[in-house]
Amino acid sequence: MTFEEKTTWVAAVVMAAVSAVYFWVVISQLGEVPVTEIAYQPALVIAVVATVVLAIVGAILTAIGSAIGAAISAEITGNGPVDDIGRTDERDTAIDRRSGLIGYYVSSVGVVIVLGMTMLEFDYFWIANVLYASLLLGTLAASSVKLVAYRRGF
Amino acid sequence: MVKPTRVTNSIRTLRFTNAEMTQAELADKVGVTRQTVIAIEQGRYSPSLEMAFQIARVFGVPLDEVFQYPHGPEVII
Repeated sequence: MTFEEKTTWVAAVVMAAVSAVYFWVVISQLGEVPVTEIAYQPALVIAVVATVVLAIVGAILTAIGSAIGAAISAEITGNGPVDDIGRTDERDTAIDRRSGLIGYYVSSVGVVIVLGMTMLEFDYFWIANVLYASLLLGTLAASSVKLVAYRRGF
Repeated sequence: MVKPTRVTNSIRTLRFTNAEMTQAELADKVGVTRQTVIAIEQGRYSPSLEMAFQIARVFGVPLDEVFQYPHGPEVII
């Protein structure tokens, strides 16, 4: 598994976990409190910041883990360390480009929906959350395409 | 997502005849990840022309000794 693939897994899992917690916290208030009174803003800011910070920390830990794993493997096999960490090649770039495009299409559909909601004067709560969900789904779609490409060939 | 390719290669054989070069060593010489070498070897990824030349240069053979494209009626345009 390339370093690029590992960090994609980490980012996807972090994003899915953080957003699941966010939506659970916010949606659980839907029946109890009027939509206009739900304080989604702090939770949304925390979710976005937490996603970025945890993804960075996860990437650093993955790099450390990969380096230790490579050193142990080199010690056992005597073949010398494989310096794949941080190395990207044309296949990584091609996979990244393809997955980014798919993610863009998915996000774009969400953004068009949000545009319609804005014109129909939906509450800010719905606009913000559908927009967040659109970006989230776009990123998760991109990650999924990337991971499938790494596993099944590109 | 699997890219259909009719390109075949002899990388595995060439590695073996070149002092049993490992996939990691070949990856280091070409400057790619080991996974990319594996993907090329298994026919799951067709490298760029530039990378193909680099691989051939590592083994010191012409390009068509590393990569082959079979003759046949199917012409992909």
